[in-house]
Amino acid sequence: MRVVIVGAGQVGSSIAADLAGTHEVIVVDCDADRVEELNYSLDVLGVTGDGTSVSTLEEAGIEDVDMVIASTDDDETNIVVCSTVKAVSDAFTIARVKNTEYLRTWERSKRAFGVDFMVCTNLLAAESIVRMIGLPAARDVDPFAGGQVQMAEFEVDADSPVANQTVAEADRFDSLTFVAILRNGCVEIVRGETVIEPDDRVVVIGSPESVQEFARSVAPNESPGTAEEVVIVGGSEIGYHVARLLEERDFTPRLIERDGERARELAERLPKTVVMESDATDIEFLEREHIGDADAVVSALDSDEKNLLVSLLAARMGVERTIAIIDAAEYVDLFETVGVDVGVSPRGVVAEEISRFTLDGDAENVALIESDKAEVLEIEIDAESVLAGRPIQESARDLPPGVVIGAITREREFITPRGDTVIKVGDHVVVFADIDVVDDVTAQL
Amino acid sequence: MSVQLRVDVRASLSLVGSVLKYLAVPLCLPLVVALYYGETVVPFVATIALTVAVGVGLERLHRDPDLRAREGFLMVALTWLTVALIGAVPYLIEAHGLPPLIAATHPGSTLANPENALFEAMSGFTTTGATVLGDISFESHTRSVMLWRQLTQWLGGMGIVVLAVAILPELSVGGAQLMDAEAPGPGIEKLTPRIAETARALWGAYLGLTLLEILLLYSLSVAGIDDGMTLYNAVAHGLTTMPTGGFSPEARSIEAFSAAAQWIIIPFMIAAGTNFALFWHVLSGDSTRLFRDAEFKFYLGVLGTFTALLAGVLFTGGFAATAPAGGTYDAVYLDGVSAAIAGQAEPAIRHALFQAAAIVTTTGYASMDFNAWGPAGKGILLFGIFVGGSAGSTGGAVKIVRWYVILKAVRRELFTTAHPEAVRPVRLGGNPIDERALRGIYAFTSLYLALFVLAAVLFFLDAHRVGLSVTVLEVVSVSATAIGNVGPAFGQFGPMGGYLSLSEPSKLLFVFLMWIGRLEILPVLVLLMPEYWQR
Repeated sequence: MRVVIVGAGQVGSSIAADLAGTHEVIVVDCDADRVEELNYSLDVLGVTGDGTSVSTLEEAGIEDVDMVIASTDDDETNIVVCSTVKAVSDAFTIARVKNTEYLRTWERSKRAFGVDFMVCTNLLAAESIVRMIGLPAARDVDPFAGGQVQMAEFEVDADSPVANQTVAEADRFDSLTFVAILRNGCVEIVRGETVIEPDDRVVVIGSPESVQEFARSVAPNESPGTAEEVVIVGGSEIGYHVARLLEERDFTPRLIERDGERARELAERLPKTVVMESDATDIEFLEREHIGDADAVVSALDSDEKNLLVSLLAARMGVERTIAIIDAAEYVDLFETVGVDVGVSPRGVVAEEISRFTLDGDAENVALIESDKAEVLEIEIDAESVLAGRPIQESARDLPPGVVIGAITREREFITPRGDTVIKVGDHVVVFADIDVVDDVTAQL
Repeated sequence: MSVQLRVDVRASLSLVGSVLKYLAVPLCLPLVVALYYGETVVPFVATIALTVAVGVGLERLHRDPDLRAREGFLMVALTWLTVALIGAVPYLIEAHGLPPLIAATHPGSTLANPENALFEAMSGFTTTGATVLGDISFESHTRSVMLWRQLTQWLGGMGIVVLAVAILPELSVGGAQLMDAEAPGPGIEKLTPRIAETARALWGAYLGLTLLEILLLYSLSVAGIDDGMTLYNAVAHGLTTMPTGGFSPEARSIEAFSAAAQWIIIPFMIAAGTNFALFWHVLSGDSTRLFRDAEFKFYLGVLGTFTALLAGVLFTGGFAATAPAGGTYDAVYLDGVSAAIAGQAEPAIRHALFQAAAIVTTTGYASMDFNAWGPAGKGILLFGIFVGGSAGSTGGAVKIVRWYVILKAVRRELFTTAHPEAVRPVRLGGNPIDERALRGIYAFTSLYLALFVLAAVLFFLDAHRVGLSVTVLEVVSVSATAIGNVGPAFGQFGPMGGYLSLSEPSKLLFVFLMWIGRLEILPVLVLLMPEYWQR
């Protein structure tokens, strides 16, 4: 597939890097130096020019392109790129936006703006944060099959009840499948006798309720629920969406914003949130408002350094979990090492979301584990699939090692996969696959 | 050196003239009634001639009046003043005739005094319902003049200027400004892109509800349930319920009619105190809007609370211990009402609901002489005088929405005392209220209360000067009821009494209070500021 990526910033470059191995990638950017750099660092073709002009797009060979990803930092530019592409070719267009209003418009009419798929950075980042607030101890949570299935990644502490248990002992939940353990940066497919060691991360797939129950058994002291107190520091758009989504889930979060006017605006838009106008690094204020008693602090300020500072301050005051927005994706690991419990990179989240449209086969939904060591895929089963019409224990022999079937949904009902479960055409299957076998698996299913 | 005025007085007067000219049209209704009853038509023919002449004369002052904010305030304030002046003319002609050509028909009328006639006219147009008529009967006044008295309230209810905006094309541009200055409540709601259409929608709903009430009331006499509710009385009370007016051609107000008539009037009083924009939404098919509206819910809650308290008081026999000597009721009346109401559920609830609605919406009708109530009932009712109808209704006083917002603002203050950094907008039905609008509401309410206190003090001093014996309750209730456009107060100024005993300066004070109360103070007070007239 030929893919044009307009905008070679963090998102564009990271998507380009993901796709370069399997697709022909052309990157368009108006910054000649950046294009030059990409030409050397990645196996892609760089074109210098304005992505909104037809001549630049023609130079990138727009007539033969299958997909265009508009990923500049400017919403309007991305939309105009997609509209321009639609005017001159039939390529599938993906636009990245920050403003949720554009997303709302696009959701009303999927033909709006000439955009075939729209991803909203701020909303995606906020959604992923809110999922993690709902599941303490979770490092990452992704929904599948319209929310009926969740994939979650948990870190197991030494004092966790499941530490040093075998998977067979820990798996007391009907609708939950243990798929893998991440140990020392390696992905291991689990068997019943695998022992969960402290500091392992376990990947489970199951119904949201069972994932929630498992979360309780991993970390019984961090009970999830709406009684949980969440403090959001920074009234950025991501901070706003986190508060809004929490309100929808019956939380009453507190939001701290330094700018008076912005605080007022947020207070008007968020009726159930207590908005406070203050500097979040004012220790006296934090103590007076008992921020240390909060169950989770989300720092969504405009700079990574400030988010790190706030997170460390909060952790020191006794906050159970700190979640920080980290703009520079490469800092995520570093920040998590220093003491931030979870780092969320909005651009990373978006790149992951966009990547799913570039995969071959019938994959509808994709989550990347440990930045591309494995993938979790949602696939609708058609008649040609090796799984169709057979019990799992039979078809599993035809699948490569490193693949686990995590969950099945049939007509929006959750089905726990067991050896004798027969998969039918039309079922949605959520599978975990090691990165080495992903391409084989998607071809077979 | 002359100070240059920055207000185009001529433009304002010219527009006042346009409105006055059209006052001739409603004057035709009592004219027709006079012809029907074979009464003299002179008061109306002469007033029609006068209003057209003055109207056309003023209109000529400016050929193409340009309406800006300042001219708008002046125009609205002057319109209400001149309309009251013209409205007093039929009363004067009835009492004096047109000497030396035509003799008076009712020379003994209390309205022979010009300040009495002006009081009655201002009380009519501002929908107050306070009267100086003294003897309210067809012996003292013709039926046509009594109907004119009712009609002034109907014209004033939805607003003369709103009506003018609906009809006169020259007011289309500055119309929103004018309606804002006149309409009750903080700010108007534009229902349609064109302001004239909004004004027409409001007047349409108003006219429709009035006609419905007249029909229902008249059906009582047709069905033989209430013989007193003749067509004349049905029209007369229809004309003063929807504007929350309160005038009645019956001396005993609504007490003169059956319980059925009282029950019919209650929902119309409640409707009159509702934001008319809500009716428009309901008629446009959005019927859930009514019960989603925060102000409407609060309004019903306030009415319910007042009714429950009063019903409890009346049911348990909370009446005055003895009838005062020379009061508006006697011992026989007192025994009669306490026997009929105490311990009886229906009459207790009916009178409680009727009086709560009549006072809270500022209508000012009376289903009985509430002077005969004990201190508890009167005390509750006194609070009701300050509440007022909803914004965008025909009711007066402070308005429900302002109290609601103030209560929420107080709660916000308490919260921010505990959490000084919290930023919490005051919300009205989910919509945040601008801090500027909030300040406007504080300012209006404190100004309203300050003027009420000032008026009470002035009235008390004046009563002392002329040797009029008044109680504190009378002083307080009269001042509150005048600025709130309610009508009846307590004691000698109660629903079955009147304001005839007031001295001339006091009457003029209350004319002023009714005037600024109807226009919600600021449009009139701003005219008194030197800054208004300068650059």
